[in-house]
Amino acid sequence: MIEADCLSKHYGRLAAVDQVSFKVAKGEVLGFLGPNGAGKSTTMRMLTGFLVPSQGSARIGGYDSIKQPMKSKALVGYLPEGAPGYGEMTVHEFLSFIAAVRGLKRNERIKHIAQVVEQLQLEAVLYQTLETLSKGFRRRVGLAQAILHDPQVLILDEPTDGLDPNQKHEVRLLIQKLAQSNKAIVISTHILEEVEALCSRALIIAQGRIVADDTPQGLQQRSRYHNAISLISPDYHAIAEAIRELPKVVDVEILAQKSQVTIVPEKGALILDDVEAWLREHAWSITSIYRETGRLDDVFRQITAGVRT
Amino acid sequence: MNVLSAIVRKELSSYFSTPVAYVFLFIFLAASHALTFYVGHFYERGQADLLPFFNFHPWLYLFFMPALSMRLWAEERRSGSVELLLTLPVRVWQAVVGKFLAAWLFALLALALSFPIWLTVNYLGDPDNGVILVSYMGSAMMGAGFLAIGACISAMTRNQVVAFIITVTVCFLFLLSGHSMVLSPLLGWAPDVLIDAVASLSFLTHFTSMTKGVIDARDLIYFLMLVGFWLYANVLIVEWFEAR
Repeated sequence: MIEADCLSKHYGRLAAVDQVSFKVAKGEVLGFLGPNGAGKSTTMRMLTGFLVPSQGSARIGGYDSIKQPMKSKALVGYLPEGAPGYGEMTVHEFLSFIAAVRGLKRNERIKHIAQVVEQLQLEAVLYQTLETLSKGFRRRVGLAQAILHDPQVLILDEPTDGLDPNQKHEVRLLIQKLAQSNKAIVISTHILEEVEALCSRALIIAQGRIVADDTPQGLQQRSRYHNAISLISPDYHAIAEAIRELPKVVDVEILAQKSQVTIVPEKGALILDDVEAWLREHAWSITSIYRETGRLDDVFRQITAGVRT
Repeated sequence: MNVLSAIVRKELSSYFSTPVAYVFLFIFLAASHALTFYVGHFYERGQADLLPFFNFHPWLYLFFMPALSMRLWAEERRSGSVELLLTLPVRVWQAVVGKFLAAWLFALLALALSFPIWLTVNYLGDPDNGVILVSYMGSAMMGAGFLAIGACISAMTRNQVVAFIITVTVCFLFLLSGHSMVLSPLLGWAPDVLIDAVASLSFLTHFTSMTKGVIDARDLIYFLMLVGFWLYANVLIVEWFEAR
């Protein structure tokens, strides 16, 4: 549904986005990850046809976003960065305006507005002006506007920014539901847990380039903590000292606040059984032990730090 | 058509959703009538016409029309909502024309609300209502010219105050382009054709002939082309910002 083909955007000599290519199929949720200023928003603006690419092209449902803008824009629901809106309009006026511009007929308009108002729990603020809303409500109004015409493609720039944990959870459930109804979705975020919770694929962008394109699981496997063993014990300090002797252990880290020890294995090595046997043998008491799947923030730092010049 | 009318309605309602519309209407009407009676000597002249009313329109519009047009695009760019607007299935010309039409309709409302002075002059004497009608048309078209200039300049900045000041300046030059103050830098070196061309751009010349009740096709074409030119420039500017 979404195709980016060598998208580039240059500002003078600076390449804000450099040769970015990817595809998103129906039912897929693609996560854009990257440090601030990496080019996530610029890429999204080119996908939606707001910015003209310096090179390359973007297609939505087969329509070029610059050459056939009316057709591609009709397929897309877009939440721009910061969820802008018209401050002096009430939520209801705003959604009605979007519905009218989207070409929804009068009875469809009423139905669709009622539906998104329910989905994003906007009843309480329906007749308040946008400028009086909290950041969380404003973001939800932005999302409501994006999904109002039931688009096949959703492009959401930081959809959960500014929401409290409950609202974040609600919005994630909503995005998951939308993905199940066979939409192609692109979200940008710098919250890594969101990628794990939502995305079927993640692109890490740094300095305008794609530096990793993988599933969240695939990315986790790149972490040095993939298959690491974490245990919690009152004797964490002594364990950390002693366990270095085990074969295949590369490093041992201590997290004192949680009384936690993390044992980092050699790449590809599975050491849970060895560790458990060793603990029994030395009669250490532990309160919990588990195998880590890998830490995304670690992978993220590792990948994006290398690109910095 | 739906898109255009949705944009016109949105812009119009945004004038009325704040006190701006009411303040504007009140002060515009108060100022235009005060000028008519106190500066234009409506009574003392002893003539049943509305010349003292219409003669002040160019000068009133110089400040009132930029106040209507300044926020059209500058506010969209400041708040970032322009990104939302232009990623909806809206063509740039629809947004440009829609915003201009909304501002013009509002100006027409202000103009229409001056009807008591028309009633007054008909009560007091026997004016030539044809002349008054043509004058109203001329005023409406001149207002359109001011607003088209203002809308275009509003698209160049994200600051409404800057938009206002530049618009007033540009409109002032257009207003007086037949006057020696604007022409004198050209005299002596520029060919007569150019001087005549600049002089013929004057709002005042074209408007004054209409307040005398003369409908000249050249005046109509002048205002149409003026509006067309500035709206086209407006489209190009919005597209240029998009392409950056």
